[in-house]
Amino acid sequence: MSKKPTIQKEVQTTGHEWDGIEEFNNPLPRWWLWTFYATVVWGVGYSIAYPAWPLINEATPGILGHSTRADVAAEIERYAAANAPIEAKLVAADLNQIAADPELASFTMNAGRAVFGTWCAQCHGAGAGGNVGYPNLLDNDWLWGGTMEDIHLTISHGIRNTDDPDARYSEMPRFGADGLLEKEQIDQVVQFVRQLSGQDHDAAAATEGAVVYADNCAACHMEDGTGDRFQGAPNLTDPIWLYGGDVASLTESVTNARFGVMPNWNTRLSEAEIRAVTAYVHSLGGGE
Amino acid sequence: MSVTDPNEPAPLYAAREPIFPRRVKGNFRTFKWVLMAVMLGIYYLTPWIRWDRGPALPDQAVLIDLANRRFFFFMIEIWPHEFYFVAGLLIMAGLGLFLFTSALGRVWCGYACPQTVWTDLFILVERWVEGDRNARIRLLRQKWDGEKIRKRTTKWTLWLLIGLATGGAWVFYFTDAPTLMVDLVTGQAHPVAYTTMAILTLTTFAFGGFAREQICIYACPWPRIQAAMMDEDTITIAYREWRGEPRGKLKKGEMDPAQGDCIDCMACVNVCPMGIDIRNGQQLECITCGLCIDACNEMMDKVGKPRGLIDYLALKDEAMERAGGHPTKVWKHIFRVRTMIYFGLWSAIGVGLVVALFLRSPIDFNVTPARDPLYVQLSDGAIRNIYTLRLRNKQGEPTEFRITVTSAAPGAEGLRLSLEGQSADTVTVPADETLTQRLYIEAPAGSAPATADRIDIRLWVADTSSTDRVSADTVFNGKAN
Repeated sequence: MSKKPTIQKEVQTTGHEWDGIEEFNNPLPRWWLWTFYATVVWGVGYSIAYPAWPLINEATPGILGHSTRADVAAEIERYAAANAPIEAKLVAADLNQIAADPELASFTMNAGRAVFGTWCAQCHGAGAGGNVGYPNLLDNDWLWGGTMEDIHLTISHGIRNTDDPDARYSEMPRFGADGLLEKEQIDQVVQFVRQLSGQDHDAAAATEGAVVYADNCAACHMEDGTGDRFQGAPNLTDPIWLYGGDVASLTESVTNARFGVMPNWNTRLSEAEIRAVTAYVHSLGGGE
Repeated sequence: MSVTDPNEPAPLYAAREPIFPRRVKGNFRTFKWVLMAVMLGIYYLTPWIRWDRGPALPDQAVLIDLANRRFFFFMIEIWPHEFYFVAGLLIMAGLGLFLFTSALGRVWCGYACPQTVWTDLFILVERWVEGDRNARIRLLRQKWDGEKIRKRTTKWTLWLLIGLATGGAWVFYFTDAPTLMVDLVTGQAHPVAYTTMAILTLTTFAFGGFAREQICIYACPWPRIQAAMMDEDTITIAYREWRGEPRGKLKKGEMDPAQGDCIDCMACVNVCPMGIDIRNGQQLECITCGLCIDACNEMMDKVGKPRGLIDYLALKDEAMERAGGHPTKVWKHIFRVRTMIYFGLWSAIGVGLVVALFLRSPIDFNVTPARDPLYVQLSDGAIRNIYTLRLRNKQGEPTEFRITVTSAAPGAEGLRLSLEGQSADTVTVPADETLTQRLYIEAPAGSAPATADRIDIRLWVADTSSTDRVSADTVFNGKAN
C-alpha cells in the first residue's frame, strides 16, 4: 500500500519464517486465561468432592461419598422396584393367559430370554438347540411334557437331583452292567429299537429283540415304543435322540443306562423368573 | 489503538477491545434485517405448526421424538434405521457450505450463522436501550450512576428474555409444544427441559451479549478451514485501495487532485461488528457481512463520489482493475469448475435422498435366520428352520400382515410356514411399532428341501388391507446327509 492506514495493529512475530510466511505472536485473550484459572479451581474442587487421589489401597473417597458401585446397586434396586408390580402380576397370572396381555407378554419374553441366557444356555445352548444329553428345546419332542405346567414343574424342581424331593425322578436299569440282559440280547434289542425308529437294522435280530423289548422295556417305553412322559421315558419311534440313535450309542444306553440330571431352580430363581423362562421356553417352537 | 514497541516483549494476554458497531443503512443491512426476521421466525415458530397424522401419532409438524426414536418432518417420518437420511442431510449441509464459501466467501458467517444473527439482534437491543455508538462509548466510560445501572439492567434483562425464548424454542422441537408450554409454565415439565432451557439461555446471553466476535475468532473452527475453499475467483469484501489511496480528510471547498477517494471517515470501521478495518485487506476476523459496504456507499453518495470503494470483489478482478480493465461479470466468477463440482455433489446427494424417500417401501421388514442351531428336526422327521422377523408398521393404525414363502428350488411347494403364537399366517402389528415375530418354516421329512444342504427362499409380507407387498431373500437349511 502506498500509505500506511491509520489503524493497524502492529503485532510482533515469533521470528519463525517458512517460505516467507511469518508467524504472528498475538497475545492470548485474557478471558481465556480466566477460563484456565476457572478450570483449575474446578479441578481442585472436583478432587475434593469426588474420589480422586490414589492412596495405597484405595482412593480418597471425596466428601460427596460418590461411588460407581453404589450407583449400580442403586440402579439395580430401582429397576427391581420398577419391575415389582409386573412381576407380581406375572406370578399371579395363569401361565396360558400371559400371551393375551401384550404388556405382560412383552415383559415375560424379555425377562425369560435374559434368565435363559444366564442360567440355561450353558447346557441347553444359547439358541436352545441342546447338546448330547441336554434336550433340544426347539423341537416338539418332550421327555416330561411340553405344556406350560409341565415345563414350569420341570424348571422349578428339576430332574433326578438330590436337592428337591419333588424333582422329577425315574431311573432306567443298567441292563448290561448289572447283568440283567446278555450281550446278545442287548444287541438284539438295539436292532429292534432301530427298527422302531425306522432306521437301518438287522431284521432277524430285531425280531428276537422285540421279545426282549416286550419283557424288559415296554413297561416304561410302552409296547409301541412311544415312551411315557410320566416317567420321562423317551419316545423311541421318532428321529430325535438325546444320546444318539446309532448302534454304539444305543448299546451304551441299554448297557449302562443314562441318568440325566437337571438342578431344581426354585431355590435360585424367583417364581417370577421361573415363570418368565417357562413362557420363553414354551415359545421356542415346541410348546404344547 | 496502541502500537507496541517492537523491542518490548509482547504481552502474553490481552483484554478484549470493546466494539461499538454504529447504526448503518443500506442494501446489505436491509437484506440482513429481512433474513434475520425470516430465520428467527422459522426457528421460533416451526414447533407450533400442526400436522395431522392420525390418532396414534403426534400432530406436530416438526418433531424429534427421542423417547420413541422417531423424527417427524411434515409428511415424512424417519425411523432409527433410516438415519442415513439425517447423515445425507448433514453431508449436504457440509457440501453446501463448501459451495457457498468457494463462490461467495464467508457468506454463511456474515448472514446465516446463528452467532451472527443473534449477535445482530443483541446489538439491536443494545442500541435501542443505550443509544448508538457514541452514546454507548460514553456510557462505558460513565461512572456506575443511576442512569448506567438502569440502562445496563434493562439491556441485560432484554437479552436474558431473548435467551430464554431461544432456549424455550429449542425444547419445543423435542416434545409436543402446546403440552410442554403448559407444563413449563405450571412447573410440571421434566427437569431436562428446564436444564436445557437454562443452559441455552445463559449461552445465548453470554455469546450474543459479551463473547460476540470472540466466538468467531477463537472458538469457531470454520473461519480457519474456509481459506481452503476460497480461491482468486471467490467473491469477498475488498477495499479498492487503488482508487481510495492516498486517503485524506475531505477539506471544505477544495479537492486535492492527488488524493484518492477514501476520505478516511472511519465509517467502515465504526460499523464493523468485528472491529476491524477492511482497508487493511481480507483478514481472519472479517465475516463478510457487508455493513462496511453500506457505510462507505452512504458516505460516497454524500461526497458525490461513485459507490463501490468497498465492494464485493474477486481477487482476480483486483489485478484487472489495477491495470485499468473492467471486472469480470459476477456469474463468471460463480460458475466455475470448482463450484460446479460442489454443486454437482450436493445436488446428487439431494436427488439421491429424495429418490430414496419416495422409493421407501410402505412395508418395512427384515428377516434373520437363526444360526444356533441351523435347523431343528421335529418328531415326525420334518426339518424346521427358525427365523426372526421384524415388522415395522409405519401407519397410524394397527395393520395386519400376511406372510408367505416362495422358492424356485425343487420341492419348495411343500414348505410350510407358521408363526409362533399366531393361529394363521397373519400377524397384526400395533400402530407405529416394530413387532418381533418368531417364524417357522418346515420341510416335510424326506422332501428335497429337508435333505438339501441349503436352498434360497423368499419371504413375502403383504398388507392384508391393501395391495402392498414386499419380499426379502433368505435361506432354508436342510439336513444334508
